[in-house]
Amino acid sequence: MDTYLVSVLNGLAMGSLLFAIALGLSLVFGMMDVLNLAHGAVYLSGAYVAVAVVGDGAGMAVFVLAVLVAAATGAILGGALAGLTRATPHHLDQALLTLGVALVIAELLAVGFGNDVHSVAAPAPVDGGVTVFGETYPVYRLLVIAFGMVLAVAVYFLVERSRLGSVIRATVADRVMVSALGINTGRVLVGVFAAGAALAAVGGVLAGPILGAQPGLDEKVLLLALVVVVIGGLGSVRGALLGAVLIGQVQALGTALLPEYASFMIFAAMAVVLVLRPSGLLPDRTAVHA
Amino acid sequence: MTAASEVESSYERQDGDVVAGPARRRGPRGPLVAVPVIALLVAAPLVLGPYPVTTMTRILAFAVLVLSVDLLTGITGLPTLGQAAYFGVGGYTAVLTGLHVTSDAAVQVVAALAAGVIAAAATGWVAVRARGIVFLMLTLAIGESVHQVADTWKAVGGSNGLSGMPPISLFGGPPIIAAGFVYWWVLAVAIVVFAAVALVARSPYGRTLRGVRDNEARMRALGYRPTLARFGVFCLAGGVAGAGGALWVSQARFISPGDLGFEIAALALLSVVIGGRGSLWGPCLGAAVVLLVRDNLSAYVGGHGPLVLGCLFVAVVFLVPRGLAGLTAPTGVRRPAGPAGAHRRESAS
Repeated sequence: MDTYLVSVLNGLAMGSLLFAIALGLSLVFGMMDVLNLAHGAVYLSGAYVAVAVVGDGAGMAVFVLAVLVAAATGAILGGALAGLTRATPHHLDQALLTLGVALVIAELLAVGFGNDVHSVAAPAPVDGGVTVFGETYPVYRLLVIAFGMVLAVAVYFLVERSRLGSVIRATVADRVMVSALGINTGRVLVGVFAAGAALAAVGGVLAGPILGAQPGLDEKVLLLALVVVVIGGLGSVRGALLGAVLIGQVQALGTALLPEYASFMIFAAMAVVLVLRPSGLLPDRTAVHA
Repeated sequence: MTAASEVESSYERQDGDVVAGPARRRGPRGPLVAVPVIALLVAAPLVLGPYPVTTMTRILAFAVLVLSVDLLTGITGLPTLGQAAYFGVGGYTAVLTGLHVTSDAAVQVVAALAAGVIAAAATGWVAVRARGIVFLMLTLAIGESVHQVADTWKAVGGSNGLSGMPPISLFGGPPIIAAGFVYWWVLAVAIVVFAAVALVARSPYGRTLRGVRDNEARMRALGYRPTLARFGVFCLAGGVAGAGGALWVSQARFISPGDLGFEIAALALLSVVIGGRGSLWGPCLGAAVVLLVRDNLSAYVGGHGPLVLGCLFVAVVFLVPRGLAGLTAPTGVRRPAGPAGAHRRESAS
């Protein structure tokens, strides 16, 4: 029984990371109908920032520095992607542009860091373990779960309770009407794109001590984030949270119980949700499209 | 979006239908171009060395995959990143058939085609309810899931893939090893598939698919069932991709999860965009360009093929948005509205 509880904790840690990563993907899609296929590459650049800055072990201050550097890198990449995709009005072209950028980023990272598997150490004060349910559990993962909770609450208040959040939600619902009210929706879009990419890069740093960094990780993370967004409902913040928690659990339990079939289970979970609720579990009610 | 602009944009889409244009114009002129092209392709092994011939074999197999992507993306307006999955299903089926059942290449192709149709039918019903970018997202999720399955499932070799497939034979004959003979077999199947796809594209069903792409609401009002039409073409495209997979392994005699990964799917979509969505010969040309860039040019840039391809993606979107086929289209024809043209918010912005 205890091993199941540990895997539930693992699932929560994974869910926290997935929420941070999928949020940007979902919001950008909801607002601009842009499928950002470079999202995984942005995540991976965050992970390699952790490799470069933190490496085999460092204090808390250095780790926080890595988070800030990754956030800045992500924001710059996101801003550039937003500018690039706004240059063409066609959605397929936009997706292709982000795909091209994803290939370029991934290849540049492979050139810079080689094709080896890199690991990142948890910051020194929290790299130990505590006893949970009679078993030793890494403190760092508990902190990641706490981060996920704080992020969820912060995003909830930002999106649901602040003026900026109401502008963002309104832009998701009806961009033209919002711009008719005198709000520069272009700035909102670039801002959300940059913030989402920054969160994905930060997710890359935080996931460093758990998943490491290696070529190909960008595709895996992009797939997980896509499944989270599809399950949760496109453009929905609560949906992204629910989808991330669900997929985190499915993956952790699948890895613990049936390691060989873990990837089947992710797909099965997505298929079940799509059969029962084609537009996701918590589709944004204000969103126009399914 | 108001009713007026709905009408306006639907007219726009009809005017801008570059896709139906070349297909129709090719009618009388088609044989004049096709016969010399086929003759050149058939004669190629007689004058070229083994290495260029094996390269051309791979291009032909890849072109069949690209045709299946074009069937969905160009003709039906459903951008897909999932066809590599069915390509891989076909490839795995062909290798397993070769390993355990028969080395007859015709049986392998038919088995791979059937497996592609079945796999597409089993997974496609999820995807065809969506359209536009959501369809792209779902097919990507399906394709990546199949890739993960191939990568972890021990029964099909896991990440090592399947090797040791015996050389193909034909109709009980001796094993075919010479690159030229394998090439002729692949060329023959590719031509048959091309002709079949061309027939479908010009058939009433093909017109239905274009109708669904351009104005789904109107097609539904006319009594067509757009979702069913999409499901049909999805299964068909799965079969075409499966046949392509069998051709791919008939030369390589090896398949690994890398053959159905994201990169292949992305390259196939890039080929369609380079070639021109909806034209059939354009994407085949695009397939040749893309594979040559990936395999040959990347050697000159220190093995950084993906870097070149990434830049190619960006360049194509900005420089040749209508693709190679668009370059020969009459001037004044606007680019096709494409799958995403149906999105309301886009025309509102």
